Amino acid sequence: MRTRSWPKPKRSFSKKRWGDDRVKRPFPGQEDAILALGQRLERTIKTPSLTLAGEALILDLCGGLWLAAHRTLIVSDLHLEKGSAYAARSGQFLPPYDTRETLACLHEAVARLDPARVVALGDSFHDSRGPERMEPGDRAMVAALQAGRDWIWIAGNHDHAVSEGVGGRYAETLVMGGLTLRHEPSPDASEGEIAGHLHPCGKVAMRGRAVRRRCFVTDGKRLVMPAFGAYAGGLNVRNPVFDPLFPGGFTAHLLGDGRVFAIGKAMLARD
Amino acid sequence: MPEGRLPTEFEAWFAARGWAPRPHQRDLLSIVRAGRSALLVAPTGAGKTLAGFLPSLVALSERPPSRKARGLHTLYISPLKALAVDIARNLEAPIAEMSLPIRVETRTGDTPSHKRTRQIERPPDILLTTPEQLALLIAHREAEELFSELSCVVLDELHALVTSKRGDLLSLGLARLHRLSPNLTAIGLSATVREPDDLRRYLVPQRSRSTEESGSLSFQERERRGVHDAVAPGPTPMADLVVVKGGAAPDLHLLDTGLTLPLAGHTATQAMPAIYDLIQAHRTVLIFVNTRLQAEYTFQELWRINEASLPIALHHGSLDATQRRRVEAAMAAGQLRAIVCTATLDLGIDWGDVDLVVNIGAPKGASRIMQRIGRANHRMDEPSKAYLVPGNRFEILECQAALDAVEEAAQDTPDARLGAPDVLAQHVLGMACADAFDPLELYDEIVSAAPYATLSWEDFEAVVDYVATGGYALRAYERFAKIVRGPDGLWRVRDARIAQQYRMNVGTIVESAKVKVRLARGVRGKPGAILPKGGRVLGEIEEDFADTLTPGDTFLFAGEVLRFEGLSEDEALATRAGPGTDPAIPSYAGAKFPLSTFLAARVRALIADPFEWDRLPKQVADYLLLQRQRSILPGPDGLLVETFPRSGRYYLTAFPFEGRLAHQTLGMLLTRRMERARLRPLGFAANDYGIAIWMTRDISDAIARAPGFLAELFAEDMLGDDLEAWLDESSMMKRTFRQCAVIAGLIERRYPGQKKTGRQVTMSTDLVYDVLRKHQPDHLLLRAARQDAATGLLDVARLGMMLRRIQGRITHKALDRVSPLSVSVMLEIGREKVYGEGADEILAEAEAQLLEEALG
Repeated sequence: MRTRSWPKPKRSFSKKRWGDDRVKRPFPGQEDAILALGQRLERTIKTPSLTLAGEALILDLCGGLWLAAHRTLIVSDLHLEKGSAYAARSGQFLPPYDTRETLACLHEAVARLDPARVVALGDSFHDSRGPERMEPGDRAMVAALQAGRDWIWIAGNHDHAVSEGVGGRYAETLVMGGLTLRHEPSPDASEGEIAGHLHPCGKVAMRGRAVRRRCFVTDGKRLVMPAFGAYAGGLNVRNPVFDPLFPGGFTAHLLGDGRVFAIGKAMLARD
Repeated sequence: MPEGRLPTEFEAWFAARGWAPRPHQRDLLSIVRAGRSALLVAPTGAGKTLAGFLPSLVALSERPPSRKARGLHTLYISPLKALAVDIARNLEAPIAEMSLPIRVETRTGDTPSHKRTRQIERPPDILLTTPEQLALLIAHREAEELFSELSCVVLDELHALVTSKRGDLLSLGLARLHRLSPNLTAIGLSATVREPDDLRRYLVPQRSRSTEESGSLSFQERERRGVHDAVAPGPTPMADLVVVKGGAAPDLHLLDTGLTLPLAGHTATQAMPAIYDLIQAHRTVLIFVNTRLQAEYTFQELWRINEASLPIALHHGSLDATQRRRVEAAMAAGQLRAIVCTATLDLGIDWGDVDLVVNIGAPKGASRIMQRIGRANHRMDEPSKAYLVPGNRFEILECQAALDAVEEAAQDTPDARLGAPDVLAQHVLGMACADAFDPLELYDEIVSAAPYATLSWEDFEAVVDYVATGGYALRAYERFAKIVRGPDGLWRVRDARIAQQYRMNVGTIVESAKVKVRLARGVRGKPGAILPKGGRVLGEIEEDFADTLTPGDTFLFAGEVLRFEGLSEDEALATRAGPGTDPAIPSYAGAKFPLSTFLAARVRALIADPFEWDRLPKQVADYLLLQRQRSILPGPDGLLVETFPRSGRYYLTAFPFEGRLAHQTLGMLLTRRMERARLRPLGFAANDYGIAIWMTRDISDAIARAPGFLAELFAEDMLGDDLEAWLDESSMMKRTFRQCAVIAGLIERRYPGQKKTGRQVTMSTDLVYDVLRKHQPDHLLLRAARQDAATGLLDVARLGMMLRRIQGRITHKALDRVSPLSVSVMLEIGREKVYGEGADEILAEAEAQLLEEALG
């Protein structure tokens, strides 16, 4: 059958009986399994939180780390303007909405948590010319997020020489209580280091299916954050680069659709 | 000379071989001589290829000699590289024997670059090539000169080409050829199809929609006046049609072993001894199966009982290429008694000596089965002999329907395609690489290609905009544009690097990312330890499948049971499993064709009419009788829905007979709705004939209490928001999008001098899909992906047809236990994964295991 033009998304259909399904809810088939686990989980994991160097950390589903005692939100590897970096460099026109998308997620977290301080843990821009390419609307969004709070850009390897004009202040590292915040995990860090850079992802394979998600990785001494940026790729936590950082093994906290899942190294598959 | 007469040297050549030119060969000659295009529809063995080349050979033989270099005279396009090479060999004989001054060459991906350069500088008279190579040729700076004298283009296996995006690409190439050489005649060679007129339209330029005088209007002016919206009325232009009737009717049987077949499963285990007997009684047997898994299984089973050690080989798309070539060579040399193969051998070069075709499992489509049968006995006047081997009782019905269809020579080839936007985007960039283009002229040229004949000007503009800067509402990439419009109104490619990128990414075949399977060696005395290096590569498996394997899983591959040991870089390491090990992982992706609409209707009619049951084996008739006693039989047009309780759960089964793909989509959408109706669905399973959904609430009760409940559950509006919401999460949709993105050049196959692995492509396109869907849901590539989903992996179009058909025709039967018919689809439960999408379930399960450890 021929139509005159290509199909366009349809948007108007009856919801009278079936209700609105826009709200994301678990799939029917998985409810069972989730509910079966529910009670046990309820007792053991109230909120995905852990303690590092005496500081309480909450692992937010958005991929940020919330330090309630310091009212500080940490996000890592935003890689803003990655789409436009590809266009500028290799003529690949990825949808230019990644910066907008990343900032929208950040805005959601900021609105919910109302932090006094936001730390962007390096590689905030995909390259050092990223800020120049940013759309005015996105620039305004950054300014709005910064208004009324302390905003710290930690230097990353992609954006070491980030130009002026994006507000906030700059730092190589930041110390908060017992915590040290830096972009690249250092091989000989003392306890309490929070870093990014590696874009950890965990993969779980079972019953003929595989799920790969961004994750926090920690051994109780140090923590590596997931990448926050919409276009940031991921590196499997079973990659050997993680081994020297966590000689005694680790737990990965995977960002699911509805909550954060703690999964031990042994359960995680390699790519 | 009269039109159909051959020059004397040709008549003599035919006579010397004891042949005479066949009527259709003469007909084609006279049509082409009169300057018209033609479609030749003929069964295998009718001398189709020679007929296609005869007009060119005659014309070239009559050409006065010239010292001057001449352009290309005839272009031949085949879907298979191997076929082009084979044809070149076959053409050598008549050319040499008649001493014709004709130079024939092939051009494929394997042709060395110095030869390609030379072919453009000094073209042969006849060039044999593939659709991808044609795309590259017409995007060449010298294309205009190269094709200016082109007189004839021959499109082989046209019926197979036009059903895919390759056909879209070829149609655009053909449109360009018609423009470069206005007197060009096109010859299409095709097997029998349902709608030859679709192919006849494909061959000739469709009516241009703009008028002569509006050619000088400005871009904006034209847009303002909207002249492009008027489709020229009247009949559409078509090529002439030459049909070769008949050939001998095939000698076709249902293989009845007398044993009772299971209600589900496709392995046909019980038929293996009978098949083996057939192999022993024939020279060479081609054994077709529907999936690679089935090929592996059949191959193993046959060798298990191969007491005479007959040479039986295996051939499917995942095997290592050198191994496949070896099998093909052995086959051509007549060294094999049987080959177990998948659709990889549906088309291809002629092997002559096959005297029997065996098709195991469901035939799936009447035309498909006829094509396969035709692989036996490539001589038209001898009957092709074939056996259909059903794997279960439903497949008996399907085989019977196929037998009936073959007897009536009924065809069920798919409808003509609507040209894909992603292919068009690739073509537009290619045309900019060839030369600066005027958008109005290019638009006229494109709508002259049949698949794009209904393309609107707005959609064309959207494609040009996409090629230039990505087509985003947020105009972020203007300064990086790939094609740029000059003050003269012409679009040009920005620089040579873009043209280079185009050449590296041409084509519409997007291989799914694959990993090699390498045999690893175990370390003696150390169970579980392996040496990753040194083993032989057995072939390739889809990355999606490899991703689901965990070390220790066993699976069938390359005729052996392998144990997966782990992934190392881009290779899957495996060891041979011990003897007697059963493969634990049921399947890996392979070609799986849905039951054709046509055969489905015949199966429904067969079931609905008890007078027809005499023709069926007794076990099937008994089974249907039992269904009629316990429940009711599904009607020919309606939908039977059964509901019943079973061990604490409630089941709904339905029998639309629309193929597995459409049923899976239906299952996804129905469970969403049932979830909202608080029926608590837990999962579903589907096969080619029906679906089963199970839940914790009593569905029979819900239906009894609310009249119209079922009608609303199956209402067509599920293809609205429910479909949209599901597409958001569907991994199949993401895969479809990835293919469109590669074809349209959003994602590169590889960079000049740098190969990007499939793995990297996978990750980035999923992220891109999520972001684009959220911020610009009507973007060209998402529209392209939706168009593909309609007919491809999700088969939404077919689902829509079914939902319309059953309106007001749903028959519900509330039962207190499972019915005979429902057993068949219930057997699918547990056989396949239930839900394709929910990630949190998997994660929760993994987490639970950690907790178990932690809590002791």
